[in-house]
Amino acid sequence: MARALFNVPKRVRRGELFEVKVLIQHPMESGQRRDDRGAIVPRDIIHSLSCTYNGDLVLRASLFPAISANPFLSFHVLAEKSGTIEFAWQDDQGGSHSESLPITVE
Amino acid sequence: MIGRRRVLTLALGAAAAAGLAPLPARATPEEVQALIRGLVGEGTLRRGRVKLDLPLLVENGNAVAMTVAVDAPVRGPDRVESVHVFAEANPLPNVVRFEFGPAAGKAEVSTRIRLATSQTVIAVARTADGQLWSDEVELLVTLAACLE
Amino acid sequence: MRVWGTVLATALLASAPAASVEKRSGYADLGPQTRAMQDDDGANPAFLWVGRGEALWRERPPRADGAGPAAQSCQGCHGEAPVAMRGVAARQPAWDAAAGRVMNLEQRIDRCREQRQEARPLPPEGDDRLALSAYVGLQSRGLPLATSGAGPAAATASLGERLFGTRFGQFDLSCAQCHDGAAGQRLAGSLVPQGHANGYPIYRLEWQAMGSFARRLRNCMTGVRAEPFPAGSEEAVALELHLALRAAGLRVETPAVRP
Repeated sequence: MARALFNVPKRVRRGELFEVKVLIQHPMESGQRRDDRGAIVPRDIIHSLSCTYNGDLVLRASLFPAISANPFLSFHVLAEKSGTIEFAWQDDQGGSHSESLPITVE
Repeated sequence: MIGRRRVLTLALGAAAAAGLAPLPARATPEEVQALIRGLVGEGTLRRGRVKLDLPLLVENGNAVAMTVAVDAPVRGPDRVESVHVFAEANPLPNVVRFEFGPAAGKAEVSTRIRLATSQTVIAVARTADGQLWSDEVELLVTLAACLE
Repeated sequence: MRVWGTVLATALLASAPAASVEKRSGYADLGPQTRAMQDDDGANPAFLWVGRGEALWRERPPRADGAGPAAQSCQGCHGEAPVAMRGVAARQPAWDAAAGRVMNLEQRIDRCREQRQEARPLPPEGDDRLALSAYVGLQSRGLPLATSGAGPAAATASLGERLFGTRFGQFDLSCAQCHDGAAGQRLAGSLVPQGHANGYPIYRLEWQAMGSFARRLRNCMTGVRAEPFPAGSEEAVALELHLALRAAGLRVETPAVRP
């Protein structure tokens, strides 16, 4: 039931910098914790996240276990033309996820 | 008066067992310097241009708000290519690496990180023309009271 | 152990504040970054649960007898939550005539699911139950807490007040000693809050997850090395009622962020 929340404005003006926020539900198990029996709980994190805008790279993040649970990122994008903001992220389980949001640039 | 008090026998047992589990090893400043050297190679690392924004007194090490910003463009020959963040005393010193692309607005990212203990956090930024800039913040991490 | 409890209590109460102290939400004790996390719905991890709660509000859960989905979703009976649930969480826990006892929000959600939807109750402290109570609680955000300890709830309110002042555990400390007597002072680096339960369920940084008031109470009682009252027990609900009355007038902050 892992959710992801993306905050992307619906419309922006050309040349404007707009803020994008990403919040993904994930325990980001560091691989440092021990369970009740003393055994290490294995590492299980989202290790990569990227954001592209009409196919052009905005940001690529390599995440390590020191990124908090339910990882949050916010950053800025330069508004050029209408299209989509795409997010893609990969985790230790081999999972690959993505989400696309439309954006109107006027 | 024993009847008036409630004794947590279950927790005592669990605590006894947990007390025997070893604490995770911590990275050392030397290890972090070696990592930075590996990153920086023969280049000169200078203080400045990159700003690491972290609270000096951390309420809870599980989620520490961090903003890293580089005073450099994201396009052009002197653009910021990447920023690395290290935590000197975490079990694993790598925290995050950011790479900026041509559609980035500015070289600034906010996130939340885990810090195992009071320590120094270091950010290293690399530009396309080979410059290397760093910033460091020394902070105190307090532990929460009343755990489960 | 009693000696240590007394030493601790003495140290905390050494410079006890004046008798009448203004009510202060835990929000006011937060550092600026944690406050910013609570203030921004796009950065508050609790909204991952709120989103799930909204989906649960609209969907018909499977029946407990396995005979397909329930006849109604929450929405089917109540309508849109922002209208139907506005103010509800601000009045909890409250006396319930049908049950003949004080009930909190989670117990009401459980009862609805079991009796009206004939669905299996949600696992306590499970993501779905936290999600629903966060979503419902959100509809009271900004409203002042306004529970009632009058009439049939009076006995429960009185029990809660008595428990709040009772010493528990190996440390032999009462809630009042820390949260009335030593609020604003520090215990091993952490600021002692007044302990108002005005933001539950909360995203607690220490848990790295959402949790209910019952979970936090368990932490408190374990903190003084006492056997915690089980969630939903008469004592736990009485304490929850007392806390709500004690916090009367403070704004609901659900879903709050706390360290």
